[in-house]
Amino acid sequence: MYRNLTIQQKKIVWAWAFLALPVIFYLVIRFYPTANAMLISFQSWNLLGDRTWAGIENYARLWNDPVFWQVFRNTFVYLIIGTPVSLVLAFVIAYHLDKLAFMHGFLRVLYFLPFMTTAVAMAWVWRWFYQPIPIGFFNNTLGSFGLPQIEFLRSTTLALPAILAPAVWAGLGFQVIIFMAGLRAIPRSYYEAARIDGVSDWTVLWEITLPLLRPTIVFIVVFSSIGFLRIFDHVFNMTTGDPGGPLNSTKPLVLMIYQTAFADFNMGYAAAQTVVLFLVLLGVSLLQLRILQDR
Amino acid sequence: MSAWKFKVLSVVLSGGLLVGGSARSEVEIEYWQYFFDARVTAMEQLIGEFEAENPGIKVSMTHFPYADYRTKVAAAIPAGEGPDVVQLFYGWLNDYVAADLIQPLPNDAFPPGQIEAEFFPMVSAMREGDNYWALPTAVRSLALFYNTALFAEAGIDAPPQTLDELIETARALTKTDAAGNLTQVGITAGMNAQDHHWFREVLVRQFGGEPYLDDYTTVNYNSEAGVAAAEFYVGLANDHKVTAFGFMDEPQAAFKAGRAGMHIDGSFRIGSLNKTRGLKWGVAELPAGPNGTQSNYSSYWVNAITTKAEGEKYDAAVKFMQFVTSDNAMQVWLDVVGELPAKPSVGLTEANANDAVFGPFIRGLAYANTTKFANESAQRQILIDMVQRIDLEGQPAAESVAVAAEAEQKLLDEYYN
Repeated sequence: MYRNLTIQQKKIVWAWAFLALPVIFYLVIRFYPTANAMLISFQSWNLLGDRTWAGIENYARLWNDPVFWQVFRNTFVYLIIGTPVSLVLAFVIAYHLDKLAFMHGFLRVLYFLPFMTTAVAMAWVWRWFYQPIPIGFFNNTLGSFGLPQIEFLRSTTLALPAILAPAVWAGLGFQVIIFMAGLRAIPRSYYEAARIDGVSDWTVLWEITLPLLRPTIVFIVVFSSIGFLRIFDHVFNMTTGDPGGPLNSTKPLVLMIYQTAFADFNMGYAAAQTVVLFLVLLGVSLLQLRILQDR
Repeated sequence: MSAWKFKVLSVVLSGGLLVGGSARSEVEIEYWQYFFDARVTAMEQLIGEFEAENPGIKVSMTHFPYADYRTKVAAAIPAGEGPDVVQLFYGWLNDYVAADLIQPLPNDAFPPGQIEAEFFPMVSAMREGDNYWALPTAVRSLALFYNTALFAEAGIDAPPQTLDELIETARALTKTDAAGNLTQVGITAGMNAQDHHWFREVLVRQFGGEPYLDDYTTVNYNSEAGVAAAEFYVGLANDHKVTAFGFMDEPQAAFKAGRAGMHIDGSFRIGSLNKTRGLKWGVAELPAGPNGTQSNYSSYWVNAITTKAEGEKYDAAVKFMQFVTSDNAMQVWLDVVGELPAKPSVGLTEANANDAVFGPFIRGLAYANTTKFANESAQRQILIDMVQRIDLEGQPAAESVAVAAEAEQKLLDEYYN
């Protein structure tokens, strides 16, 4: 049968033969579990017994769960503070680092190091920084100047920013590198033309650099937004004693999913939360791509 | 297929058949537990002794990190893989029975009457219907650890016997810097550690209450006693200032570092404290309540035979279960892991009950209660939140206890209905 095919058809057969491996991989490793999670979200399952049909019960429970709404709000606070702060910081650092020749490589390594460090180790170091006297670095420093202690992680208002700070710091190195690559990709001739025209630095930044960085900015915004919406390691490791911080003040959606699934063994409810997270991620990403890319 | 390919294939296949088909004369059963260094060592020793006594039986042990344990057990047994004898937490029994993962212990080898006569009374929670479903080798209870060096420094000669003495002793052990910040606490505090057990089963009872009713299906600590217990507990930090929640991150860390005079913890902590260099510590029974009431909390891990074990493997599994619940195994467990024997006949021997370290725990077993948890971590979280609301948000204790009781009742109702 194969012999009777035209060259063009044979090419297609071979293309699919080679494509089969990644396609099967994706179907089995990605799409099947995703579809299964969506199915479980309509079921009730404690991992041990049989799965039973639950209809929209899990979603109804989610809607009526005050913890879920608190967690939902926390997740967006991570996003709304984290993304702009890290974007601006990364750009400012990259912009100045790009102009700096002295110790350029060394500084770049310093900024990139946190990104290469395990989040778990970093979270624990910061957790100890934040401790009260006598072991916390920040509070010991405050204490030695005679200032009152700050309850970083044991406060319902400060705990979230305290956890967000190392998370932003950890991702900064990567964003700086991407921004620098973006800056290097802008043709020198534009800047030379601008200089000949006698344009101010501010105008160069505003009219040349930023507009030409748009693809880079879009990438970083989408990428870091997804990162902050999925934040888990930092929060989990900095608050293991009381997971999610005092009175759930730092709990993000992923941590709630984890607890529902692997502490409460309520797989259906956890799957429903996962579906919500998926929809949020999808929505936010599409929205950002639309707003930032077009025009 | 070309000739050489065929040859290669046939060699590979027949090799596989040879390995898979090699005959075994002995029965091999599989035992699973979660990974905890001392428990694995103790079980290796027990398996060695068991195999020497029963030449035809081989036991292979598999252990996993605690975090994966339940998932793996749940996936393996229904698939016909995994353990013949499995270890589980006493609080998981209902789930395991409902999911058909374990089978009842046979009455001829494990007569319920005899078990009830021989084991500590809290083990009766493992009976459902006419059979016992699982049995522990060892049990755990709480006691008051104290730092003997700090006691000597503060001029205190004996650990506190009552809650009032506890506050006085803690006050003498507390140190602050010039600005009034705590640098050493009299007693550690944190519902995230063992204090939630201390609150539930000890303090509430000592202030005259009964934490739960109807076989732990009804929350009952929203009472005068519960509020008094909560006020006492939070008062340690807020009124008497002899402790702080979150001091040195974790209660056991503060005690290990020699920055806490006293610390309430379980018998499983003994091993790691023994390994802490330079720490000198003693153990005492938990302080008695205002009218002399003593109480304690006990928990335990049990072994059970899974539904996978059939035929000669089942018989071997029964023998193994008998072995690991024998007096000898319990003594090994005490010596190696530091967990307390589940039978008074072993626990309350002269040597064990008067042991300076194990004694207070073993004596505590006599008046211990075992909470039947529906979801221990979620129920713990409810008490953590109860304390946070009082401590961080200034909510009156009575209101916070009421909120906690309501949340826990909701959780229990969902679980049992």
